[in-house]
Amino acid sequence: MDFLLFGAFPYVALVMFLVGSIYRYKTGFKYSSLSSQFLETKKLFLSSVPFHVGILVVLLGHLVGFLFPSLFLSIGGESLVTFEIVALSFAFAAIVGLISLFIRRATSERLRMVTSKMDVLIELLLMAQFIIGIWIAVELRWGSTWYASNMTPYLQSIWTLTPDVAAISAMPLLIQLHIIGAFLIVFLIPFTRLVHFLVMPLHYITRPHQIVTWYWDKKKIRDVNTPWTITEPKNN
Amino acid sequence: MDVRSQMSMVFHLDKCLGCHTCTVACKNIWTDRKGAEYMWWNNVETKPGTGYPTKWEDQEIYKGGWEKSGSGIELRGAGKRKGLLNIFHNPNLPVIDDYYEPFTYKYLDLIESPLQDVQPVARPVSLITGKPIDIKMGPNWDDDLSGTPDFARKDPNLKNLSPAEQEAMFQLEKMALYYLPRICNHCLNPACVASCPSGAIYKRGEDGVVLIDQTKCRAWRMCVTACPYKKTYYNWSTGKSEKCLLCFPRIEAGIAPACMHSCVGRIRYLGVMLYDADMIEKAASSDDKDLINSHLNIYLDPHDPKVIAAAKANGVADSTIAAAQASPIYKFVKEWKIALPLHAEFRTLPNLFYVPPLLPVMASVSEQEKSSTPQLNPIAKNWDDKWLYDTSLDSIFGTIDDLRMPLKYMANMFSAGNEDLIADKLKKLMAIRIYRRHKTVGDISAEKSATALRNVNLTEAQAEAIYNLTSLAKFEERFVIPAAHREQAIEMIESTADVKGSTGFGFLAKPARGL
Ligand code: SF4
Ligand code: SF4
Repeated sequence: MDFLLFGAFPYVALVMFLVGSIYRYKTGFKYSSLSSQFLETKKLFLSSVPFHVGILVVLLGHLVGFLFPSLFLSIGGESLVTFEIVALSFAFAAIVGLISLFIRRATSERLRMVTSKMDVLIELLLMAQFIIGIWIAVELRWGSTWYASNMTPYLQSIWTLTPDVAAISAMPLLIQLHIIGAFLIVFLIPFTRLVHFLVMPLHYITRPHQIVTWYWDKKKIRDVNTPWTITEPKNN
Repeated sequence: MDVRSQMSMVFHLDKCLGCHTCTVACKNIWTDRKGAEYMWWNNVETKPGTGYPTKWEDQEIYKGGWEKSGSGIELRGAGKRKGLLNIFHNPNLPVIDDYYEPFTYKYLDLIESPLQDVQPVARPVSLITGKPIDIKMGPNWDDDLSGTPDFARKDPNLKNLSPAEQEAMFQLEKMALYYLPRICNHCLNPACVASCPSGAIYKRGEDGVVLIDQTKCRAWRMCVTACPYKKTYYNWSTGKSEKCLLCFPRIEAGIAPACMHSCVGRIRYLGVMLYDADMIEKAASSDDKDLINSHLNIYLDPHDPKVIAAAKANGVADSTIAAAQASPIYKFVKEWKIALPLHAEFRTLPNLFYVPPLLPVMASVSEQEKSSTPQLNPIAKNWDDKWLYDTSLDSIFGTIDDLRMPLKYMANMFSAGNEDLIADKLKKLMAIRIYRRHKTVGDISAEKSATALRNVNLTEAQAEAIYNLTSLAKFEERFVIPAAHREQAIEMIESTADVKGSTGFGFLAKPARGL
């Protein structure tokens, strides 16, 4: 059982995430944040902003801990307490935002029109995941340290295709739940609006403001010397 | 010089009837869909009025367009910094209630009503929730309501008119209105394109049409904020933004867009303008007072051999250059200089120009005794023995500064506040009227008509040409549209050389025999 959950399922989830996201991207028109701000804007501010900022910071924390565990392990003493409090407050921001997003959706007739079953499911899952995460952080001190020392090896073992199931079997139930929840969410990403995080518009920062597109570079196509060259549509 | 071609438009406001045929044509073709019901890519507003969405011209509210910053310009309410910081919640996003909640009526209730004592009614239901609603707003809710406190008096263009001037405008006897049909301006410096974080909006190089790539749009909704004309719309159902596409499938075939094709008042003109893309940035950031001039300077003379050579070098088709030479837009905007962009101060360099409405000033009659009208030409009209329909030159020009629509108001809309500029256009239009009155009615002497034309630097031939294009022009003169070249159309998608030797135009997917 443990092998299925911690040894096999992570791969199922990751493969589904990869294949599903790419398939969805390739088939066009299906990547959107599906913003509902147009139908309701006032309540969105106090829910969407804390949720997004919170989840981004928390995810980034998990990522840094996974990639550079020594960084987390080097934090000690007073700064460890501060670090945990800061991290925890972002988690709280996210869960508060998430709950108010949920209430916002549930109480607005207009928003119910643009809410799918998957939206509700993924929102509930995220909520559970956050609650468990916060619970872990409060209950099993100090999360950042043992995450770096215990979880990172497990995640790395998955990465190197030698899943260390035994290490997880010995972990408390809360942590096991958190791991299962995480991979469940990863599994579901291609089926939900969460895909929009994959198309974060970071390239906007460096791109020129204006975009002009030619179907075809007409100057080139008339050049009889290079009739066989495929030319991509040019931008600016 | 980087010569490109642009599909540009002129709307002649004196001719618009406010019939909304354009709007309906557009709606039927493009936006009669779920999530798009509230969108009116073409809409017709009553001016003075608040428009659609309500007060869209007031950028204090909507934060659309560009504003000067230092020597350059930046987007007022979106852009790289503001846009990305506000991506989780855009404080400048108009919401559905700024437009209106789309509705329909339960017509079936009329047909399927059982036999009863009272007449059945068709109740309005929301097209979002499907529940019965009280209709509070519509896309042309202020139609013909000039002077009303809720609409006309809240027109953002009244901002710098003194209370007295506003009062004068809305006196019952002086009250006037005109219609302002609007579509996307397919701007040269489009704020929508610049604001899109995912780069989904682009301007087509071949004809300058601005489009939103539906597969790339991610609902970051910054374009809705950025377009000062509020001509990008968010589809709340698909989670993608949409906008006017200038009926590009039609113009590629050389046919006028649906709104223009159907225009009952024949107010719409469409044609090619050649422009110098290198001048855009400088023009868009010029000082307020030079803005319109530098904007119009971007457009090049299509008869100039240098321009033609540069256009050809840039791959502009010969048919496009020929269309530019016959362009009605070039005549209205550059040759005769009687059309102006709407709200040039938004700095998007729009490609839709308006011939400002003169309104029937000539019929502004004065009440006086027959005997006390010495300047009256014998054939001038005298109604009821005391109403003077005075068409003599001086008094007509006298009325230019005393229009029913104050110059200041018109200047706020069409010339970025420059009253001289708009007065210049109106005087020209007036001179043409005087000229035509001389021709057809004859109560104005040839001499007076000639003076009127001379005062505005128009020749008689020009006046005749303006009259012809304004009043008599047929389809082919109003719409000079070079069709996309069929023989090149396939090359827009793939190089025929590359698929030579395969079936027909090639296979949709790569032909392969298994792995
Ligand atoms: S009018 Fe608005 S939507 Fe159209 S091109 Fe200009 S900025 Fe973009
Ligand atoms: S169809 Fe023409 S005349 Fe009628 S409202 Fe539209 S622009 Fe005006």
